[in-house]
Amino acid sequence: MIEVEHLSKVYNGRKAVDDISFKVEKGEILGFLGPNGAGKTTTMRILTCYMPSTAGTARVAGFDVFEESLEVRKRIGYLPETPPVYPEMTVESYLNFVAKIKGAPSNQRKSQVDDVMGKCSIGDVRNRIIGKLSKGYKQRVGLAQSLLNNPDVLILDEPTIGLDPKQISEVRTLIKSLAGNHTVILSTHILPEVSMTCDRVVIIHNGKVVAMDTPDGLTHQAKGAERIALLVDGPKEAVLEKLQAVDGVVSIQSTGGENGKPVSFNVECKLDTDLRRTLASVVVTQGWGLLELKGVSLSLEDVFINLVTKE
Amino acid sequence: MQNVLAIWQREMKSYFVSPIAYVVLTVFLFLSGFFFYSILTAVVQSTMMQGQFGQGAQSVDVPGIVSRSFFGTMSVILLFMIPMLTMGLFAEERKRGTIELLLTTPVGTFQAMMGKYLACVTFLVIMFFSSGITMSALFIYGHPELKPILGAFLGLLLYGCALLAVGLFISTLTENQIIAVVITFGVILVLWLIESFSTGASGVSKDILNYLSVIGHLDDFIKGVIDTSHVIFYLTFAFVGLFLTYRSLESMRWKG
Repeated sequence: MIEVEHLSKVYNGRKAVDDISFKVEKGEILGFLGPNGAGKTTTMRILTCYMPSTAGTARVAGFDVFEESLEVRKRIGYLPETPPVYPEMTVESYLNFVAKIKGAPSNQRKSQVDDVMGKCSIGDVRNRIIGKLSKGYKQRVGLAQSLLNNPDVLILDEPTIGLDPKQISEVRTLIKSLAGNHTVILSTHILPEVSMTCDRVVIIHNGKVVAMDTPDGLTHQAKGAERIALLVDGPKEAVLEKLQAVDGVVSIQSTGGENGKPVSFNVECKLDTDLRRTLASVVVTQGWGLLELKGVSLSLEDVFINLVTKE
Repeated sequence: MQNVLAIWQREMKSYFVSPIAYVVLTVFLFLSGFFFYSILTAVVQSTMMQGQFGQGAQSVDVPGIVSRSFFGTMSVILLFMIPMLTMGLFAEERKRGTIELLLTTPVGTFQAMMGKYLACVTFLVIMFFSSGITMSALFIYGHPELKPILGAFLGLLLYGCALLAVGLFISTLTENQIIAVVITFGVILVLWLIESFSTGASGVSKDILNYLSVIGHLDDFIKGVIDTSHVIFYLTFAFVGLFLTYRSLESMRWKG
């Protein structure tokens, strides 16, 4: 549905997006993850035909965003970072206006507006002035706007920002329910959001794609094994041998130990086992000094932070 | 066309829900009423004085003189009002981020621009109609010639359209309404005063400066003469303004 190939965007001599390529299949929800200023918004703006790219191509529903921008714009719903609302309008008249400029047929306009108001639970404020609404409501009005005229592709820039926890979970459920009929790209820097809503994740940093996988894949990559780090004062070879004999240990890496200094071991164990007790007693019963022992756990956040702080 | 209409409608509504429309209309009506009154009394006094000094035999076209000076004054008042009408058109959209909505829907840059431009032109027409209230006094108490008055309104409308296009263009350049209004005012003032620079110039440059003066082209209309060259001048002016607006919106996309 969405094909991005070698996309780059340069502004003011700085590469905001640097040779990004990815694909999104129909009905999929793709999470766009990255720290602030990573290039998420820029990529989204290119996909929505708001700004042209410097190099590379992007196609939405088979149409080039630059060459056939009108066709693309007919098929997308876009929620920018700040909800694009007119504060002096009422919620209903605003949604009516958006339905009009999105080309919704006049006989369907009312039902569409009612429908999106229901989906985003903003029906109770339909006659209120948008400027007087809270941030959460404005955000949902913005989301409702993007759903108008039933677009094939939804591009949501941080859709849950400014919402309270209950609304966040409602919006996530809503987004999940949209998958299948709609193809969704959403950007966020909230990690649980990605694992909860997205089928696939693209992590970008400094304008480059640093990882692309399913949330499970990324978590698996992170949690491929339980790791325990030990610092032992004892003969390296003997300790290694004893530790390796423990049931559940997959592999051990050791460093240090020259000139009688303590040796540090990095023990990889089977998933869902906790060998800290066993390892500690093995070391202690041999009379070696156990200087340090800690479980090393990697979460999606660690993966993310590892990826974005590599340089 | 439907898109242009939708944008136009929204823009008209937003003029009238915000205080801008009311403030501009009120000030405009107050000023035009005040000047109409002072012009009228001045003309009436001078004709009475002429009568006293025994020159009453020749008839004086009071409504004609009044309407001519009144339209001259109107053109100056409009100079101050027009920047207010255009300042927010794009500056506000940029500030609120709604420009991102407009330009990512099937509404093209051109349609968005035309919707907005037509909205401010419509507002100008509303201002003219409301100033018709003051003009009606001439029709109630006298028998002015209709043609020069209609000609003057046409001229003012064309003059207004040209200046509105300039204002629209300047509104695309900034996110700040105050900056937009000040620059628009400055540019319009220069276009207005350009004629006075021409007194020092000579030859071709004098002709060019004279030609560029937005207000100079209005004189014939106020006299009731509709000269196509003046019509073309104003239309070209508006066209250039809109063309620059369009280019500026497009380049804004490239710059991001």
